[in-house]
Amino acid sequence: MSQRIPVTELTPDFRGRAEEALADGQLRNNFRVAMDSLMTKRANAFPDADEREGLRELGNRIKAGALSRLPDLLEQLEQKLTENGVKVHWAETVEEANSLVHGIIEARKGSQVVKGKSMVSEEMEMNDYLAERGVECLESDMGEYIVQLDNEKPSHIIMPAIHKNARQVSKLFHDKLGEPETEDVNQLIQIGRRTLRRKFMEADVGVSGVNFAIAETGTLLLVENEGNGRMSTTAPPVHIAVTGIEKVVPNLRDVVPLVSLLTRSALGQPITTYVNLISGPRKPDELDGPEEVHLVLLDNGRTGAFADAQMRQTLNCIRCGACMNHCPVYTRVGGHTYGEVYPGPIGKIITPHMAGLDKVPDHPSASSLCGACGEVCPVKIPIPELLQRLRQENVKNPEQPQQVKGGGAKYSRTERWIWRGWQMLNTRPALYRSFLWAATRFRVLAPKKAGSWTENHSAPVPARRSLHDLAARHLDQNGGRPS
Amino acid sequence: MSARANILGKLRNSLAGTTPRPDEFDERLVTAPWRYAPEDRIDRLRSLMEAVHTEVHPCRSDNWPELVAELLNKRNLTNLLCAPSREHGRALQAYFEATEQKVELLAYDQPVEAWKEELFWNVEASLTGTLGGIAATGTLVLWPDRHEPRLMSLVPPVHIALLKASEIHDNLYDMMVAQDWAAGLPTNVLLVSGPSKTADIEQVLAYGAHGPRELIVLVLEDA
Ligand code: SF4
Repeated sequence: MSQRIPVTELTPDFRGRAEEALADGQLRNNFRVAMDSLMTKRANAFPDADEREGLRELGNRIKAGALSRLPDLLEQLEQKLTENGVKVHWAETVEEANSLVHGIIEARKGSQVVKGKSMVSEEMEMNDYLAERGVECLESDMGEYIVQLDNEKPSHIIMPAIHKNARQVSKLFHDKLGEPETEDVNQLIQIGRRTLRRKFMEADVGVSGVNFAIAETGTLLLVENEGNGRMSTTAPPVHIAVTGIEKVVPNLRDVVPLVSLLTRSALGQPITTYVNLISGPRKPDELDGPEEVHLVLLDNGRTGAFADAQMRQTLNCIRCGACMNHCPVYTRVGGHTYGEVYPGPIGKIITPHMAGLDKVPDHPSASSLCGACGEVCPVKIPIPELLQRLRQENVKNPEQPQQVKGGGAKYSRTERWIWRGWQMLNTRPALYRSFLWAATRFRVLAPKKAGSWTENHSAPVPARRSLHDLAARHLDQNGGRPS
Repeated sequence: MSARANILGKLRNSLAGTTPRPDEFDERLVTAPWRYAPEDRIDRLRSLMEAVHTEVHPCRSDNWPELVAELLNKRNLTNLLCAPSREHGRALQAYFEATEQKVELLAYDQPVEAWKEELFWNVEASLTGTLGGIAATGTLVLWPDRHEPRLMSLVPPVHIALLKASEIHDNLYDMMVAQDWAAGLPTNVLLVSGPSKTADIEQVLAYGAHGPRELIVLVLEDA
């Protein structure tokens, strides 16, 4: 049984889901195989370490530079897009963004939407919002389509259906579409192609995400392999792009290194099959392309992350997924365990700003801090450092003002006292010595149970003599010489 | 207050007292590793494109229409969408007429709304020109226009693209600079590096996801 997460309400039960996932051999195998292969592909795509590091450094500089003048760039982008005939909208919350999107669809009396892959629309839970208002919103990326058909959420930001194998997809297509069962991946894809082609043709509106928004030219850049992104942004009469405010870059040339970093880090491809640069709706003399193009710029907590110079680095992210592919925790527990839109290391550092740290209190510590994520991140986000910062924010006194939304959720008075005691003990030599004396002499009285520690470990027993004692005796015997 | 004002206000607040970082773009990083001798460009492009299931055929300005006819006949295709208003479209038409080819040549000469059903279900192949190619990544560059609209290279299951050898650039950066793209882009620019594909099921690569199943590149070596 693969995990099923309910579409709207998520419980913060990370541990429970992790245990379930760890016990699911099929799920673990699906992830393990996929992550191993993605890691190999990335490694092969960067055969020259110097080239890779130079490019990562450049990627970091471009994104950090863009963030250092973000408000100006957003205004420039808006102005250029407007000149090009694209309508720009701003939304602080997912509610606002959804209602903007719905408004545009309603104005066209639209009832059918096809959507290219967009993580921001997942953030918005746009499908549900529109469905409640009688608008069918169909995912058109093969992986997203499979996940939607099974009423699930993506388990990986690049490979949404990576938790499923061909047999599971075959069964799904059989149950939901009445197709004959087949484990031939080619045939399964052709079923998807046929079904979705009609939808592309009939759709009133196409929705997509944006990989990079270029301020200089007023251009939206999308990368993809399938062609569903091009279909969604070209075939329907209206195209609505939704994106986070951090996706803007100053110049067209900036996308050269960024696209290279993105596709090589994500899939190990030198470039995706399609790179689609959209700079405006259909012109009067053109014969296709949408008549209207809209861009919805979403905040949803990003300005909160931006306010903190350290956490701001989170907004460098180009959503390549490499950090999850290389994460030993993600590989074992899978994407659904995180219970949030963005799983894995990037999810751990971005979700607190969107949902609040108190909604995901276990996430910052669900990490061995092995550092793999930070090492592979193409824009050099110091993820382990940010995780440590979030661990601190997690235990801050909730009565004090919080720097991260929902901080202080793991604050515990007992823990606080324990550390106070520890501090006292270690800063007062006399106290320390009497403690040592007591602990070694009465070692048999040491508690047999020490909370969750003794669930998996044997209880610590103090030694017969402290190191201090032993060293002192040693020196005595040697007449004060160390050896 | 509008969402726009709030967002920009918050961002400006957070930046108060800071100075923007200087532009530190270093073009060597995106050009130096991706330079080729002129005679190697075609090979590089070809091997990368073939690696992703693309057929690449070197040919000449005077024999490519013949090759197109051959490729279509081999696949038993009955129609081809091409632009009679473009030079290559006319050349193809002339050849097909002169040799009495059975393949029907279709033109994209009306707004898509007028023939969407036919375009989506009945057009078997298309032929378009390209603005050029990129050796570094094995990529074709397309600037769709009214003669060769956006969907022409996407909807038909087989896409044949003409690429002039002289227009193959080393890398994307060089091409952008040489043609001054930053000065203004058309409504849509496409970089195409193979037929449509997906690896969304078990990471098994399958071609023909939503776009063309086959991409065929004719490299005009004398052009
Ligand atoms: S944090 Fe870095 S590695 Fe992870 S998805 Fe974002 S860009 Fe990729």
